[in-house]
Amino acid sequence: MHRRRMGVIYTLLCVLLLALMLANLCIGSVNTAPGTLLAALRDPDANTVTYRILMQIRLPRMLCAAVLGGGLAVSGLLLQSFFQNPIAGPYILGISSGAKLAAALLMVAALTGGFALRSLWLVGAAFVGAMLSMGLVLLVASKVHRMSVLIVCGVMIGYICSSVTDFVVNFSDDANIVNLHNWSMGSFSGSDPRDARIACAIVLPAVTGAFLLAKPMDAYRLGEQYARSSGVAVRPFRVALILLSSLLSAAVTAFAGPISFVGVAVPHLVKTLLHTAKPIRILPACFLGGAVFCLFCDLVTRTLFAPTELSISSVTALFGAPVVIAMLLRREGGHSDV
Amino acid sequence: MSEPILRVQALDAGYHGRVIQKGVSFEVAPGEILVLIGPNGAGKSTILRTVTGQLPPLGGRITLAGTPLGQYSPRQAARHMAVLMTERVRMEYAPCREIVGMGRYPYTGHLGLLSPEDRRAVSDAMALADVTDLADRDFSSLSDGQRQRVLLARAICQEPELLVLDEPTMHLDIRYQLSLLGVLRRLTRERNAAVLMTLHELELAQRIADRVLCIRPGCPDRCGTPEEVFESGYIAQLFGVEAHAFDALYSTLELPAAQGPPQVFVICGGGSGVPVFRQLQRRGIPFAAGVLHENDLDLPAARALAVQVVTEEGFVPISEERLRQAKDIMERCDAVICTVPSFGPMNEGCKSLLAHARSLGKLRDPETIAQKT
Repeated sequence: MHRRRMGVIYTLLCVLLLALMLANLCIGSVNTAPGTLLAALRDPDANTVTYRILMQIRLPRMLCAAVLGGGLAVSGLLLQSFFQNPIAGPYILGISSGAKLAAALLMVAALTGGFALRSLWLVGAAFVGAMLSMGLVLLVASKVHRMSVLIVCGVMIGYICSSVTDFVVNFSDDANIVNLHNWSMGSFSGSDPRDARIACAIVLPAVTGAFLLAKPMDAYRLGEQYARSSGVAVRPFRVALILLSSLLSAAVTAFAGPISFVGVAVPHLVKTLLHTAKPIRILPACFLGGAVFCLFCDLVTRTLFAPTELSISSVTALFGAPVVIAMLLRREGGHSDV
Repeated sequence: MSEPILRVQALDAGYHGRVIQKGVSFEVAPGEILVLIGPNGAGKSTILRTVTGQLPPLGGRITLAGTPLGQYSPRQAARHMAVLMTERVRMEYAPCREIVGMGRYPYTGHLGLLSPEDRRAVSDAMALADVTDLADRDFSSLSDGQRQRVLLARAICQEPELLVLDEPTMHLDIRYQLSLLGVLRRLTRERNAAVLMTLHELELAQRIADRVLCIRPGCPDRCGTPEEVFESGYIAQLFGVEAHAFDALYSTLELPAAQGPPQVFVICGGGSGVPVFRQLQRRGIPFAAGVLHENDLDLPAARALAVQVVTEEGFVPISEERLRQAKDIMERCDAVICTVPSFGPMNEGCKSLLAHARSLGKLRDPETIAQKT
């Protein structure tokens, strides 16, 4: 019965993913029928405009939304495993904001210094920022053992990083501010083919690495002591969790800015649908689910008030936050201590 | 005796460089249950945590299956030693079979997939821990007792030669306490595993342990069979309670006695007096009891609770002198209660005490005493 449920849910996720990928390619300021897309792919020279829209704009953006969304959900799952709490996530704990601050500093430096910025540098800066706020969160976690306190501290760290980012953005050269502002609110717009390639090159190996941690993650569900006693090398495992989750949320932030709630809502939805929390079973589904969720939300940002674009974070919050609230209510309804 | 699984030599155990237990030495052999007892905060758990590698030893040596503990990788150590902790575990979406299966960690491959042999080990462990019927239940829906047994099955599933348990009976009612200890006994008999654990319940320690190690604050003290260790005065002193409060034969505990000149005299014997002693103690009425033989079932409780006890040597009829002593005390009391249902050759003398009480007009029912005062 469990096997069947897994089969159904995974099939459903794959179908949804493919459908949304197609929809994201077809729908836009100019709607394109799938047939036209195929024709353009077959004969680029006869359909130059469609081909360029597809290859330069929609395909990279679609790929970024899918891969980064999936990476974000996996990053959330890794943090939840680390803190043994389903409410942990890169956005809530302020890790995304740290990445955002570091990336914004680099962007402003590039704008004022007038040097060209490479996406890889941005990812590097975001990774450093993510690790710094992660360090801060870990410092707090070593002092307090109540998860609620830790989360409030994470939210505060997030606010501090965001306000510093705002200062920086305000003081920077105003010519490029619109662009920067868009990014700091979170958006997949402006993803070019290079971005998409780099995002794939970072996220896919990192997610594969996370999948290889599924076994110790499973043992770690019983807590650190049981994990150690059943043979987990706890310290390297924890370091790997931190590095991978920071890398994933840094990549997302570097390319799309901070995106809220995906890291918490998607793993929760996946667990609820699959009726299991075994990492080896849910991790791939989290990746697929994150991709589906972000593709859907990105579609909404582009189409709801077209031609105006919403920030991706507003849309993910709209759909993600209620899930988180529902989860909290369910936990409180049961016998729990967050 | 076979080669010990665990050998601890001159171990210093503690936190953050501060030694809590100094010079700990003991061994556990296959098929043996060693129980650590001692007052709260003495450092029993600290010793266990050091032995299981959660705390670094601050001195001394720990040898597991012939090899120093520090030379094991976590995975290798897990094939020799499994643990059951006190802390409560919180799990979501976890059927019990899955949790028991986590015990296979040191045996499975990179992805942790269970082979048919692993699955068989899971079923066997669940059968041994008597949780087969819980296999498909969600862990979070279980009672504390059931959870503890499922976690025990997980530890058994790890196929350890040494099982370390920290207060495994905490949070459990007596039924689950008994079944848990029963499982441990089967584990030592059927699989020749060694068990090292701490227990709060002395009566359980006395019944389950092959050997007992007493932990005083600072360092271990006596070590031996329960028969050697459980000696009233010693246990009372170990835990810092009054000498008579603890009965070493049955590991029972009595509350502090009411003080003052005796107001009630209890004619008792054969265990009939204990409920009345305890009732008087609860109401704070000081009392005397007698005449009890040295081997009477009532005697330990009487020693702990009565201000005065008149005793006679075991297996001999009660002497006139003892009876006179008892009558003296009785005359100074306000009331007399007789709990003895019948008299035989050995306690014939108590019959005369009863007659004396009647003639004094002091004989009462236990109930009336309770109401009157």
